[in-house]
Amino acid sequence: MAEEVELSDEQKKDIAKWFLLNSPAGEIQYVAKDLRTVLNDDGVYNEAALDAFPVYNKTHMICLEMPGRIGDVLVTSYGELAGNEFLDPRTAQVAIIDHVKQVCTEVRPASDEELPSPYIEEFRGALDAEILKYAGEAYPKGVCSVFCTDGKDAEGPGSNFELVVVISATKLSPQNFCNGSWLSVWKIEFKDDIQVLELTGKLQVGAHYFEEGNVQLDAKHECKDSTIFQSPDDCAVSIANIIRHHETEYLGSLEASYLNLPDTTFKDLRRKLPVTRTLFPWHNTLQFSLTRDIQKELGIGK
Amino acid sequence: MEAAMGLMRRIHPKQSETALSALLSLLPHHSSDLLSQVDQPLQVLFDTDCGKEFILCEYNRDADSYRSPWSNKYQPPLEDAPYPSSELRKLEIEANDVFAVYRDQYYEGGISSVYMWEDENEGFVACFLIKKDGLKPGQGRRSSLQEGAWDAIHVIEVGPEEEGMAHYCLTSTVMLYLTTKDESSGSFNLSGSIRRQMNMDLTVAEGHLCNMGRMIEEMEGKLRNSLDQVYFGKTREMVCTLRPPSEIAQMRLPDS
Repeated sequence: MAEEVELSDEQKKDIAKWFLLNSPAGEIQYVAKDLRTVLNDDGVYNEAALDAFPVYNKTHMICLEMPGRIGDVLVTSYGELAGNEFLDPRTAQVAIIDHVKQVCTEVRPASDEELPSPYIEEFRGALDAEILKYAGEAYPKGVCSVFCTDGKDAEGPGSNFELVVVISATKLSPQNFCNGSWLSVWKIEFKDDIQVLELTGKLQVGAHYFEEGNVQLDAKHECKDSTIFQSPDDCAVSIANIIRHHETEYLGSLEASYLNLPDTTFKDLRRKLPVTRTLFPWHNTLQFSLTRDIQKELGIGK
Repeated sequence: MEAAMGLMRRIHPKQSETALSALLSLLPHHSSDLLSQVDQPLQVLFDTDCGKEFILCEYNRDADSYRSPWSNKYQPPLEDAPYPSSELRKLEIEANDVFAVYRDQYYEGGISSVYMWEDENEGFVACFLIKKDGLKPGQGRRSSLQEGAWDAIHVIEVGPEEEGMAHYCLTSTVMLYLTTKDESSGSFNLSGSIRRQMNMDLTVAEGHLCNMGRMIEEMEGKLRNSLDQVYFGKTREMVCTLRPPSEIAQMRLPDS
């Protein structure tokens, strides 16, 4: 181990960013604290943090409380107006956030250009209400939002547009050494020309248990569905039903994966008991060397 | 060092190799501490003399060479490399043979290696390693396992014999990696590593190997149980906290 080449600041920064970006859900602040100690170089750390936190916050779609108790804003690329400005479509407010501290410092009303047209808002608002109802029932810690990601200025029927539903649920209980997150992103393409809605869902579930160890669950699933183009209210109801259906099914398949673990997957790696169904005869291992000797002799005999 | 271990506890187990090399380059002065405290997925080398695979670890490494427990030779060859005493080597050979049978009975496959060396306090240290890779896709079996790996590292310090008794200190780590993938449920990955210690004073009447073996067998059973019940159970509980499954029951009612 003679090669103690001093790392350049750039290399240290890359390593620091790697650690920050690979923090499990809800744990970046803990990682940051340990990382600062390990780096022992606040200049490098601060630069890395400025680069990594915004990416992390958007990937994990963290939820921040807006001042004045008006609600929570989800930090996502769908609502990103500028590097630290994120639209909350429900309240029509723009949250100004501090990425590294992970807080929303102030809000301002969104301008008309930043909001969808009244026509689109009818669809978005109706869907938001349905999703809010569903997420409230299904995810005790869930926060949801509906963004218009394409065609937000359409004034009336005749053009295609796209809405994105985000449901983000995080549960952190560091005192129990356990954290977890559920993230659903549903993209809904409103195809006016063929009067069809096409849905694509990406579900991502993670859990981390770290009492005297480090065990992580990492599950991902993608699904597709479609329905017919209807009035804003009817669209909202059928979209919410489709999402509910797929997410309920997915939870069922996660449960099934867990139930299968002990008997199949786990057993393939290491059995609970030996093939002989009794503990290993450590007191009588001479038999193995005897058999081996015999086999050897027989091998030579051939 | 504490902060470095804190990071290792949070980074996803499947990225632990990258994390360790990053820490080694940041903290070159702690390299030996890091290498001994952070367990890494086990690597394998082929012993061409004996036609058998053996497992690599810090305990059979010298410079860039590794000693095979089968031929007792370093690969690539190395001059002035350390070897166990002939008496200890005898025990090492026996341990490798017996442990291979143990491994076959519990793992139905896999690779195992045992290494021993003298320590400063007139005792010795033994390291028992097992590596088992699960089924790869395409191997038709009913289980949905597509990829899986179990690496076990047992380091056991044996104190000097006193009045027919010896002190055994076992530190075990199991690293587990499981992935199932299919169309209807997407990808499901559970990975983790846990480490435990066990201390015992035992009579050496039946021999060191017998004592070490029993301790390892008990420990592996405990670790397997912990991973299964506690660790996987906790992550499952977490999923149910995030999205309580009671809704399934409510949903099914209108359909029936």
